[in-house]
Amino acid sequence: MSMKLCIPKDELAHYRERLNCNFAELEQVFPDCMEEAVSLLSEAGLKDYLDGASLICMIGRGFEPVLTYLEEMPRVAARIGENSLSLIAQTVWQISRTPNGKTIPFFLQTIAEAARRLGSEQLLRHYVELILDMMERTTVSIHGFHATHPSPGAIDMLQNMPLLLRQLSLEGLKNWIDYGIRNHAKHPERQRDYFGLQSADSRAIMQRERQGTLFIDNERKLNLYLKALWNSKTFLVPYSEAFDELRKPRPYYDALGIRLPDAYDASHGVSGIDRYRALLAHCAAHQRWSEAIIADNFSPFQRLAIETFEDARVDHLACQRYPGLRRILLALHPRPDENACNPETQSCIRHRLAMVSYAMLDADGHGYLNPFVVEFSQRFHQLMAEGAQDTRTIATLALAFVAQTRRQSDQLPNIHFENTEVGYRDDNRHLWRFIESGDEEESFDDPKQRTQQQEDMQTLPPRLYPEWDYHSKTFRPDWVSLYESLHPSGDPDLIDRLLNKHAILARRLKQLMELLKPQQYVRIRYQEDGSELDLDVAIRSLIDFRSGHTPDPRINMSHRHDGRDIAVTLLLDLSASLDDTPPGCEQTILQLSQEAVSLLAHTIEGVGDEFAIAGFSSNTRHEVRYQHIKGFSEHWGAEVKARLAAMEAGYSTRMGAAIRHAGHYLKARKADKKLLLVLTDGEPSDIDVDDDRHLIHDCHKAVQELDQQGVYIHCINLDPKADDYVADIFGQHYTVIDRVERLPEKLPQLFISLTK
Amino acid sequence: MTDIDTTPFEISSEPFYHPQGNEIALYEAAYRSRLPVMVKGPTGCGKSRFIEHMAWKLGKPLITVACNEDMTASDLVGRYLLDADGTRWLDGPLTTAARIGAICYLDEVVEARQDTTVVIHPLTDHRRTLPLDKKGELVEAHPDFQLVISYNPGYQSLMKDLKQSTKQRFVALDFDYAPAELERGILQQETGIDGEIAGKLVQLAATARNLKGHGLDEGVSTRLLVYAATLIGNGMPPAEACQAALVRPITDDPDICDTLNHAIDSVFG
Ligand SMILES: Nc1ncnc2c1ncn2[C@@H]1O[C@H](COP(=O)(O)OP(=O)(O)OP(=O)(O)O)[C@@H](O)[C@H]1O
Ligand SMILES: [Mg+2]
Repeated sequence: MSMKLCIPKDELAHYRERLNCNFAELEQVFPDCMEEAVSLLSEAGLKDYLDGASLICMIGRGFEPVLTYLEEMPRVAARIGENSLSLIAQTVWQISRTPNGKTIPFFLQTIAEAARRLGSEQLLRHYVELILDMMERTTVSIHGFHATHPSPGAIDMLQNMPLLLRQLSLEGLKNWIDYGIRNHAKHPERQRDYFGLQSADSRAIMQRERQGTLFIDNERKLNLYLKALWNSKTFLVPYSEAFDELRKPRPYYDALGIRLPDAYDASHGVSGIDRYRALLAHCAAHQRWSEAIIADNFSPFQRLAIETFEDARVDHLACQRYPGLRRILLALHPRPDENACNPETQSCIRHRLAMVSYAMLDADGHGYLNPFVVEFSQRFHQLMAEGAQDTRTIATLALAFVAQTRRQSDQLPNIHFENTEVGYRDDNRHLWRFIESGDEEESFDDPKQRTQQQEDMQTLPPRLYPEWDYHSKTFRPDWVSLYESLHPSGDPDLIDRLLNKHAILARRLKQLMELLKPQQYVRIRYQEDGSELDLDVAIRSLIDFRSGHTPDPRINMSHRHDGRDIAVTLLLDLSASLDDTPPGCEQTILQLSQEAVSLLAHTIEGVGDEFAIAGFSSNTRHEVRYQHIKGFSEHWGAEVKARLAAMEAGYSTRMGAAIRHAGHYLKARKADKKLLLVLTDGEPSDIDVDDDRHLIHDCHKAVQELDQQGVYIHCINLDPKADDYVADIFGQHYTVIDRVERLPEKLPQLFISLTK
Repeated sequence: MTDIDTTPFEISSEPFYHPQGNEIALYEAAYRSRLPVMVKGPTGCGKSRFIEHMAWKLGKPLITVACNEDMTASDLVGRYLLDADGTRWLDGPLTTAARIGAICYLDEVVEARQDTTVVIHPLTDHRRTLPLDKKGELVEAHPDFQLVISYNPGYQSLMKDLKQSTKQRFVALDFDYAPAELERGILQQETGIDGEIAGKLVQLAATARNLKGHGLDEGVSTRLLVYAATLIGNGMPPAEACQAALVRPITDDPDICDTLNHAIDSVFG
């Protein structure tokens, strides 16, 4: 389908000027490419995109590479980040200056798939480095001549890349390449066979490398694991183990999520997926049972010991809860030989800690004789049995261990590392708080901005709403001032572009919506009273009757107008957090909401239900803003789109008053069924309220009020932590969208399923 | 007033019910004035059992009707049947209950067609009557008659919601899956299984219930836990019993199955 005419002509010409390239074929495809680019890229991204394409145009490899770049890169950038735009262009430029210029089109062809499989900019960068490195190592300069020969196998390899990426982690790919170069360096023909996956050794090495379990294939399972067994929702971010030669990266977690390897091989009889689960169990156990302690007073050894003992404590608690976990942890935990470390020449601190750590995990079976190991593992189990369950208590035990087992040689630079690293444990950065970098609270109140805002709120006098005080179980009358206004307008084309971007989805929704459309008349059969005789049934009854059986008396049918008589209001939370970009997304919540709302409006307009849209935000109880975006009587047209396009995020979320106000309008509708959809990304809050529960209770009260008045409320929540409060407000009527980037498809689907 | 035999509707032995809160007192208070009652809660959490228990406790007959989407008002009220001798009126269960003074329990009433909910209205207010239009009779409800409906608010559908005018005729009792300790006790009482296994079953239920809204529409019900415990009591190994009773009935999603199977292994060690 054609998506022409969405970018104004002059704007398009302006973009065209910035692309320095004169292939005749370009003119034909340029508008379509820009169409997509504009809808997916930021201003800065567009610049990089056009610069990148100009650069590729200059390398003198014809139009094909330029076209691939123009076509593929917007989606790549939208998926993993806009830095990829110049990364790829620069790489192409770099390749063009080697004898391997012929590989460029093939290289570019792999980028979209690589970005999809690897899923992060960092990993794509590693991928590019890997390819460059491979080409460089296989390009031969013949001694004494100036001539050089291009890499014999590079093109074959790039052609096989989709297959390779599907089967191998980046580390596996690296190993596979290394093997090929090492073993076939001198033989161009054999290189071609190897990198073209033709030779037996090539396939065998691929098999060997592919044993691992890839994160990307199991992401959903791991999220389900965290949710089901730990009731936790934490974002998971993969990294590759192949590229840090000096220090292997370790799993860790912080406020942004858990970082974990992009692949795990089976190990010690534990499958890759169970290794992931062991890691997640350990992290989740920390999240549940560990608290940060102040680091400044401890020496590095002391910290190491505290970490080890605390790790053992949370593992112990996790195994208590899930006894089946113990087998997995024991299999994965190193079990160093008692005499592996020589205290005369080496620092044995890690060795000692690894032994005691194992012994703490396996009280009965560890078999160590070292008196300290025996003593401290016993003291550990004693403490655990007494229920001394906090980080501080266990830290005291760890300090005692350090003090009592100290040796002169602990200070030696030669530290015994071997077999002391516990792979399923994270690096414990969450356990420490450093005082120097104190976290002072920022003051939220900017008086200047505030008055400015109040001046903006003009004209209409406020509507006053009560607020529920759950302590006294009474309403605070006229507590909240709500100002309503018409939302300002922007550029309606923006919304059309968003809809175009989802053209396929929009078409699918349209089909679904056809099914929802009220049919003129539906026939209801098997009625005792009805408007018409249902001949089929009547004859059957008559036969029954004649033959002495009990006939079915329901021989009539009637017709009914299939009344679909629904009024819907969509209430949007426009508070500041909407400007956040959720982890793993390229767009802000605001942009995703715009897309989702556009699709929803498009859907509802098709079904013909009465539909209104409004946004709200708040800045203390004196100023709740309620902005109309679409009124019930308006059609989904340019004016409404313009308002939606201008949507902005700011201030807080005093939801109760907004819900009451939306309800006030809905109640006045005549429709049979009334539905209020609330789209929000967080819990109610406002800067003049300290008690988190207060607004939750008030909001719940507002929901109850509307329920009493026959309005059905459903909340769509984008907050990963919503489980903590959303049911307290909305009862059963809510949906948490796990993957915010899927909001655009989820929101209309939800509407359809709520109303069918 | 009537010569209908009530014995088939009487509950002779005490149905085991473990209270979760003040629901017994609330129900008794409602019954004293014959107020209609609505029991709300997810499937298999003990709503039906509670009503059976109360009927037994109050010594009243109980008539239960499981509603479905094909059910019409006549199925509740009654209809004329044609037989070889002509026509004969047959009371529906609601009419029978009103005549004999039973507790009439309409299970999952939202499932029934809209017109069904309207026929119960006159029975739920001060009139306490049931008009049989076709027969030209107005049945005055027996003084002991009480109407109870159940309703699962977990259905996320505007269309399947009860009308406000219907909802507002009932005293509502909220039910949910019992808290862990209590649910464990219920499993032990119901099936005689030992406390440790019962505790593990309840722990497993928590994992599945965590996935509600994240790929599962409903968590594991107490009913399914009772099934699992029964299978174990009959000699099945716990892991297999749990797969059959707790996992397969609620999902076909392979990732969720795998996760729950892992949970089973983790919990049973
Ligand atoms: N509080 C309780 N005391 C005793 N048994 C209970 C209790 N709660 C649940 N059960 C057990 O759970 C089973 C299912 O309960 P019940 O049939 O009452 O569910 P329900 O809520 O009516 O479900 P549905 O909505 O599917 O009809 C009962 O047979 C009983 O074994
Ligand atoms: Mg039931």
